[in-house]
Amino acid sequence: MKLSGSEIFIECLRKENVDVLFGYPGGVVIPIFDKLYDAHDIRFILTRHEQGAAHAADGYARATGKTGVCIATSGPGATNLVTGIATAYMDSIPVVAFTGQVPMSLIGTDAFQEADITGITRPITKHNFLISETNKIADIISEAFYIASTGRPGPVVVDLPKDVSTGIIDFEWPEKPSVPKGYRIPKYADSEVIREAAESIEASEKPFVYTGGGIIISGAGRELLTFAERINAPVTTTLMGLGGFPASHPLWVGMPGMHGTYTANMAFTGCDLVIAIGARFDDRVTGKIEGFAPGAKIIHIDTDPAAIAKNVKVDIPVVGDAKAVLEQLLEVVEKRERNGWNEYIDQLKASHPVTYDNEPGIVKPQYVVEQIYEATGGDAIITTEVGQNQMWASLFYKFDKPRRFISSGGLGTMGYGFPAAIGAQTGMPDAVVFDIAGDGSIQMNIQELTTAVEQKLPVNVAILNNRYLGMVRQWQEMFFNRRYSATDIAIQPDFVKLAEAYGAHGIRVDKPENVREAIERAISIQGPVFMDFVVNREENVWPMVAPGAPISEVMEGRSS
Amino acid sequence: MRHIITVIVENKFGVLARVSGLFSSRGYNIDSLTVGETNDPSISRMTIVVKGDDSILDQVMKQLNKLVDVIEVSDLPRDLSVRRELCLIKVKCDNVTRTEILEIANVFRAKTVHIGHTSLIVQITGTEDKINGFIKLMEPFRIFELARTGIAAMIRNNDDTSINEPDEQE
Repeated sequence: MKLSGSEIFIECLRKENVDVLFGYPGGVVIPIFDKLYDAHDIRFILTRHEQGAAHAADGYARATGKTGVCIATSGPGATNLVTGIATAYMDSIPVVAFTGQVPMSLIGTDAFQEADITGITRPITKHNFLISETNKIADIISEAFYIASTGRPGPVVVDLPKDVSTGIIDFEWPEKPSVPKGYRIPKYADSEVIREAAESIEASEKPFVYTGGGIIISGAGRELLTFAERINAPVTTTLMGLGGFPASHPLWVGMPGMHGTYTANMAFTGCDLVIAIGARFDDRVTGKIEGFAPGAKIIHIDTDPAAIAKNVKVDIPVVGDAKAVLEQLLEVVEKRERNGWNEYIDQLKASHPVTYDNEPGIVKPQYVVEQIYEATGGDAIITTEVGQNQMWASLFYKFDKPRRFISSGGLGTMGYGFPAAIGAQTGMPDAVVFDIAGDGSIQMNIQELTTAVEQKLPVNVAILNNRYLGMVRQWQEMFFNRRYSATDIAIQPDFVKLAEAYGAHGIRVDKPENVREAIERAISIQGPVFMDFVVNREENVWPMVAPGAPISEVMEGRSS
Repeated sequence: MRHIITVIVENKFGVLARVSGLFSSRGYNIDSLTVGETNDPSISRMTIVVKGDDSILDQVMKQLNKLVDVIEVSDLPRDLSVRRELCLIKVKCDNVTRTEILEIANVFRAKTVHIGHTSLIVQITGTEDKINGFIKLMEPFRIFELARTGIAAMIRNNDDTSINEPDEQE
């Protein structure tokens, strides 16, 4: 049957069960958009910047577990996706990004709106493709989705030249989807290794379970809970793993690392066995490597062999899918009773809670997060920007379920949270969605207010407005003698008027007694809302481990 | 320490850029990289010489394996592999030095592929050490140009019936 490249493209999206596409048109993708115009079963969401489309696809993927899809035109459209692609890459998020490209004959000639996007994104994608012939579209798109969503997920860029999309060919759909040759997906681990791990667990006196984003990607929450309860070991979840293990569970010790809890960091320091599952020993967690978990043997369970023994010495490497490996372990691991180690951890938890000093008449950013937690019953989808807002959100909102905390952990991209919230709300229309933002970050993708208004997405943005680039200011206060170079952003728009100018709602709060009602009002409004919380300017995030220090040296910011 | 790895890859657009990009972005030291088609034209074979300790080698191999176009990665231990390289050297010569150069080339079983009045080009194959040795001996005559291919290598099969050609000595 005679089909054009664009028609094949749309049909491929259908075969991949894509029902939402975020993007922005341009010259070389007009043929595709022309076909999209008739495709009423695929919802196209026009963002107002391609970066917004990339982050929205990413937020959609994290909230739903499906692969996020975005499309941009060639040249500047494609390069505008780069930050969003790198964000997804660092956090292992399944996203397929389509970019238009100039016709094949013009590639390499510095044509109008030409950019070597496959070259540019090579280091920040799990894989990328340039489709050089119309009859290759179906195979490549099938491979792209397969690669993006399996194993350790990641973004895949598919570059589609204009003539390839307009070409008309006699096309037969391949019987089976195309799968790349050398690509392997680890699932079950070697039984010998499982036995070794189980023996180490039984022999240990002070086990500690360290989990990350891999638990959520693998859907291993239930297995993790059963495992931790069986061996009675304290559990930590990294920023990427929040919600993978319930925060309300007595075994949970909080998030580890630079702004992690005292208890989690001391657990690493004092344990004799680290059972790492779906986490990658990132530098924010380990602190100074030489001082990290000094007395501990390390079991590292991960689907990506390259992540094992990359930063720390691993005693028992276990390559496999988190859920599958936990199932295997549960078949052999014996029950452990509580011992002195558990008592010690409980004591630390009780004596070193995460707190802050409340001051009368002042809106504290931590208080705002706590009120959001209470007003939403701990069940909302929370996206964050980057900086102090992100750290307070992770410390003061307790996540019991996965796919509720959506934050740029690896790349730390300011401007991520708002479009990601738009993506999350699109994927989970019945959820209550909050973006916890800073006044610096929110200005980076402010144009997406129009997207939220147009699509009627009731996203609630809580701006913790301290008129500073807070996290940098904190470092400047602590390590650079309070020299606030380029961090004073008191000159800023009136966020309430700005929201209204965009057709959304705006609420300003400068008294603590008005915080809760503002939050509840925002939730009840059937459209996007900006809440401008005027907080005190120089609040610091505690706890903190100084850069270059071992995580045993936790600064708690006040006399306990 | 230097290690030799072979990487079998799908011969797809951009695969060489992908592999070399991986090395540069992660800061690994490549001494040489050769690539060519195998008997199956859709599959290419790369031979890469990497400098680093065992943990670097471990990471390099794992990161290569992650690439979707990579089918297989192997480390070739020195004593179990055959390693060869080809080198073309353009050496200055005159009526006096020409015979001396040709005599040395003969000893190394190198071929002369071009002779001119003021220079000649020698083609030499063998192990890295053999080629290094030959180059050293050519230096006093003045080397105009040097082109080395880098190493092609392969594991010897451990059957009793295989013929092991001894590594050529200087």
